[in-house]
Amino acid sequence: MIDREQVLHVARLARLELSDEEVGRASGELSKILDHIETIGELDLAGVTPTAHVVEVDSALRDDVPHESLPRDVALAQAPDVADDGFRVPSPQA
Amino acid sequence: MSAGGLTDLTATQAIAAIDAGELDPAELFEHYRARSAADDLGALGWVAERPPEDLAALRDRPLRGLPLAVKDLFCTEGVPSQAGSKLLEGYRPPYTATVVEQLAAAGSALLSKTHQDEFAMGSSTENCAFGPTLNPWDRTRVPGGSSGGSAAAVAAGLAPWALGTDTGGSIRQPAALCGIVGLKPTYGSVSRYGMIAFASSLDQAGPFARNVTDCALLWSHMHGRDPRDATSVGQPTPTVMPTARSLEGITLGVPADVDGDGIEPGVRAAFDAALETAKGLGARIERIELPHARYGIAAYYVLAPAEASSNLSRFDGVRYGARVDAPDLVGMYTKTRHDGFGPEVKRRILIGTYALSSGYYDAYYASAQKVRTLIAHDMKAAFDSVDLIVSPTSPGVAFPLGSKIDDPLSMYLEDAFTVPYSLAGVPAISIPCGLSEGLPVGLQLAGPAFSENRILDAAFALEGAFGFDSSAALSATGGAS
Amino acid sequence: MTTATDYEPVIGLEIHVQLKTATKMFCGCALGFGEPPNTRTCPVCLGLPGALPVANAQAVHFGLMIGMALGCELDSRSIFHRKNYFYPDLPKGYQISQFDEPLCSGGELGGVRITRVHLEEDAAKTIHAGTSGRIDGSSHSVVDFNRGGTPLAEIVTEPDVRSAEQAGEFLRLLRATLRAIGVSDVDMSQGSLRCDANISIRPVGATGLGTKTELKNMNSFRFIEQGIRAEVSRQEGLLRAGQVVEQETLHFDPRTEKLTSMRSKEEAHDYRYFPEPDLTPVTITQAMLDRAKAALPELPAARAERFEGLGLHPDTAKLFAWRGELGDYFEAALEAGSGLDAPLVANWLSNELLQRLDADADPAASNVPPGSLAALVGLLLSKAVTAAGAKQVLDRLVEQGGDPAAVVESEGLGAVGGEDTLAPIVESALAANPDIAERLRTGDMKPMGVIIGHVMKETKGRADGQEVTRLVRSSLGL
Ligand SMILES: [Mg+2]
Ligand SMILES: [Zn+2]
Repeated sequence: MIDREQVLHVARLARLELSDEEVGRASGELSKILDHIETIGELDLAGVTPTAHVVEVDSALRDDVPHESLPRDVALAQAPDVADDGFRVPSPQA
Repeated sequence: MSAGGLTDLTATQAIAAIDAGELDPAELFEHYRARSAADDLGALGWVAERPPEDLAALRDRPLRGLPLAVKDLFCTEGVPSQAGSKLLEGYRPPYTATVVEQLAAAGSALLSKTHQDEFAMGSSTENCAFGPTLNPWDRTRVPGGSSGGSAAAVAAGLAPWALGTDTGGSIRQPAALCGIVGLKPTYGSVSRYGMIAFASSLDQAGPFARNVTDCALLWSHMHGRDPRDATSVGQPTPTVMPTARSLEGITLGVPADVDGDGIEPGVRAAFDAALETAKGLGARIERIELPHARYGIAAYYVLAPAEASSNLSRFDGVRYGARVDAPDLVGMYTKTRHDGFGPEVKRRILIGTYALSSGYYDAYYASAQKVRTLIAHDMKAAFDSVDLIVSPTSPGVAFPLGSKIDDPLSMYLEDAFTVPYSLAGVPAISIPCGLSEGLPVGLQLAGPAFSENRILDAAFALEGAFGFDSSAALSATGGAS
Repeated sequence: MTTATDYEPVIGLEIHVQLKTATKMFCGCALGFGEPPNTRTCPVCLGLPGALPVANAQAVHFGLMIGMALGCELDSRSIFHRKNYFYPDLPKGYQISQFDEPLCSGGELGGVRITRVHLEEDAAKTIHAGTSGRIDGSSHSVVDFNRGGTPLAEIVTEPDVRSAEQAGEFLRLLRATLRAIGVSDVDMSQGSLRCDANISIRPVGATGLGTKTELKNMNSFRFIEQGIRAEVSRQEGLLRAGQVVEQETLHFDPRTEKLTSMRSKEEAHDYRYFPEPDLTPVTITQAMLDRAKAALPELPAARAERFEGLGLHPDTAKLFAWRGELGDYFEAALEAGSGLDAPLVANWLSNELLQRLDADADPAASNVPPGSLAALVGLLLSKAVTAAGAKQVLDRLVEQGGDPAAVVESEGLGAVGGEDTLAPIVESALAANPDIAERLRTGDMKPMGVIIGHVMKETKGRADGQEVTRLVRSSLGL
């Protein structure tokens, strides 16, 4: 069960604006999905080690060797708002 | 050779024709380009306007310049790569995915980018910002998803073969619903570099083809360790083209849960018939238990959304993609993401963020990772006693457009038979094994990690015995033929 | 009347160090050093869709060296986590960092316990429109991703620091140590060394911890000490006034000496850490450990002890050990001369040569290489030159360099000693002062100084006072 308040909190964390109507729908749908997810609770998971990776690869590390960087115009080509050769955004504190 | 004849050629036959000097790669490319330009299934986004400049050079490479359809979430330099999302509409990456580069090096010519559920989240391709894709077998029905555009394109002869990705069933289920062959490889076999991520620990690229031989051929040029993907390991042995005519000495395991009620009678019947055919080929059939498989969907719908919620954080309107302006930063973020993402993506971002948020991590994410361990153990145990596990790929045939879109959970349960193998990271293929109500039914064959050769060989033997006829879909498009 | 409670500060430090690798933490872009904005980026460090990180082996190597230098335990396995939050300088919407399985844990430096050392990626640079550089007041910011993805080692201490001075002392030792092992430029003004302080206070004798505040990103040791002092007294003021300390993040402005709260409008952070699925665990092999160990030089703390063992004053020993170039000069000088007295060499380096050079100058780069200073001290010991003469010689050497002995010659600064040269001068001094000579003869030694002064004047201070006294006595038959 996840109520409107929780939906709004999670939406804030995820930087998602939701309309009132969307919040209502989400709380219904998510609750249903979470009910199914919570069937996991039937299992005794004590002492089971979690799996993060199914393949065992040891230290796939990279040698410290430089590669070509992108030309700046290419790096900026897809940006919605470019200024002073950089990516322009509203000021974090504005 | 007639144009219709060209569509009828399998990729392997086309290569033979090119080698025999009866077919020019440019002629084949133009044939498929014209059919793709006339796509009326909504399967394709970008379609090449002309063959690549180096088509002549590709001719001398193993894949002879054959056209390739590529799921839209693979980055292709200078070519729209939108992952089915409004947020990425018109996005042209400055680089190309490793696997696409590999296939080009092997002689593939990029023909088209195919529609998909947004960021691969869905089982119907209805969650595509650029419109749904229709199933060539019945245009009132979905092709499955998330790689529905690739599956429909291959089934309808808009491309000889295609690339897709599978996270919880996104290659196998659309292959099943469109009556073609789709392989989900062992996790780590194919580089994920340049694949727009859904769930990093589950995503794998794989081939779609009209038959097992073509599937094996495309696959043979896809795998390999990529220094740009720390989780890639490649394959321990090269791909062996399948030749088996019998299943003598092969034991097929049938999970007990396929007896469950969730499965349609017509699918059930086709599956039982397929098992009889397998026996006829000399296979031993054994009932097996995968005690934790039925928790697969629950675990998957924690892990995949959790990873997705983080993977999709980069879509913030700063460096690329659509932005909705606002005077303040948080407003720009929240409006951009509200307008840019579709409902299913928002839903999964919310589930995933919730599952990772403080106080819930252990109950959801950590537990789901433990279920993943148990399911992987189930598989290991099963593969000690059987060579392959067989089941229907999907509990039902292609469903009507719109019939599940408002019931997320029922949509999620579409993947009940495919998700456990994704969680275990093992390979599985779907091949058409018959019809139910005139619609294709898929048979899933899964094996232990890196058993792709074994899977392809068994699939080849079964394919020969099934004699499945896909011509209905091939001639279904208004595409020139 | 009641006596006010005394409070003691409880301070923990978080230090971010930019590692001196050739490329970024998770991509092959060369590290940026003031290049034009956004010319050091690639799909990975721009967080483009589909791009994947691969960890830099050299950064792991440097991380292990730091762990060893700080006496940490090095686990055989270490994993990366994602720290999720939204900010324009964070291209992926998460920072790849480490959480519950860091590269190194548990260590100690200069009496301060080290909690952990972990690897992570640096954020990009956000240039705030408007010249003030302050965040507030500017409507837009521009992001430059050149710095984004630079390898960082984050060093976290236990709350063992009890004063601003101790914090400064620890940070200086840490900087000396990191510089000595060569993993970073450790230049605070360039941002390659950055420090946050977690500060709380408690009544002396109490064991619990008070509410802590976080003092962010102070870019010089002096500001850190000032900032900590300011925050400690602010907290004392609150408690004494019966108010409470609020948990918050503060910024110290050294110009105004004011502390301002940096708390943003958003709700408290929830970083949603989870294991980075794009990276596999880092397995630390014996070979990697051996390589890191082999790369470690003698560390400043150990060197300071060794210098004290040579009889150097603790402050001098520390000075030479923490400013490695001074230690190297000192040891080279000792090498150059034979039978030199270490404290004397140290004294001539720190109290004479360094005083004649600009602050922080490397004496090895001056006109006085270690060999010259050694030679000069040698002349001093052999009484070929007096202390006063030697200082004049050093003045010349600092100006124009050259061989000390030659300078002594050319400038005629050699000590005047021995009967034959000095005796006549003493005689003439006595002759010139008959009354003084008389008083000396009658045993009144007080005016001896007058004679010595006379001789010194004659010899331009190159005579040995004791020798003069001896000659006076013998000449007067005393
Ligand atoms: Mg940090
Ligand atoms: Zn880069």
